[in-house]
Amino acid sequence: MTVTKAGRPASPRHRAGARQEPAAAVIRPVRRADLDPIVTLDARVTGLEKRDYWESLYRRYGAAMRAERQFLVADAGGRVVGFVIGEVRDWEFGAPPCGWVFAIDVDPQARLGGIGTRLLEAICAGFRSAGVSKVRTMLSRDNNLVLSFFRSQGMMTGPFIPLELDLDAGDRRPDAGAAR
Amino acid sequence: MKLQKNTRLALYSVLEFATEPTRHISAAEIADKYGVSPHHLAKVLSELARAGLVESVRGVGGGYRFAGNARRLTLMDVIEMFEEFAAPEADRREPGERTPVGKALGAVLSEIDEIAKATFRSITLATMLRLLERQQRARAAR
Repeated sequence: MTVTKAGRPASPRHRAGARQEPAAAVIRPVRRADLDPIVTLDARVTGLEKRDYWESLYRRYGAAMRAERQFLVADAGGRVVGFVIGEVRDWEFGAPPCGWVFAIDVDPQARLGGIGTRLLEAICAGFRSAGVSKVRTMLSRDNNLVLSFFRSQGMMTGPFIPLELDLDAGDRRPDAGAAR
Repeated sequence: MKLQKNTRLALYSVLEFATEPTRHISAAEIADKYGVSPHHLAKVLSELARAGLVESVRGVGGGYRFAGNARRLTLMDVIEMFEEFAAPEADRREPGERTPVGKALGAVLSEIDEIAKATFRSITLATMLRLLERQQRARAAR
């Protein structure tokens, strides 16, 4: 894999450019009325509308929010431009209690203004007040945008390795063959 | 994943330049710091200059200066300038690669490579500079 080759010019996006000014936004707990813009934002970013999923998240994380379970939004002049959701999970995968961020997104028009950073800072402050000192997340390694964001916040690869298996339709239990 | 010498020199160099983006740094200074030949480093710097990531400044106090965007440029962008990630041509395959065991081993090695590439793609120079700062603060606090 490591074969030397002649240098290739970097694309213009790597060269120096202007930085966007941070947008004025308030980070606050989610409200019922925020669900529509959140569903729309998620659908725009992921290409899938998942209203039932977001309703369920709102019931579990928004309606009865506490430091252990948080659903926060970035509100820029009455417009929802981002959100973050996470919770403290105890002894999951054998690890001491820690905060997990399992959803974060910022409106593409409002990115590069520090809103994602403020959302993450806010949820981490909540985790700290819940008594934990570590935050984790997991995402697809193809999701370079969000991976880069978490890296820029100082997050490093953790001690876990995610594994998966495609399940066949047939019975794959180790003793299934012996029983036949 | 093992990086070629030129790739490591390129990464050292862009990080040195990005640390002090307004300062002109000579090739000799970097070569001395990393214990490499200035002649070898000059070839790497000329590739970086050709890609527009650094610019050379002639005259007294000259050298090179960072010309990239540290918030956009990733480690992978630099690595890709010097390394080939495409599948090797048939004549460059390792012996045994086409055997069942070779293919199974190849699948495991690909898994490792994919994780390494995703990591390099996700780390910008700005992120690396922050990591350096954190490490330096931690060392100072000890």
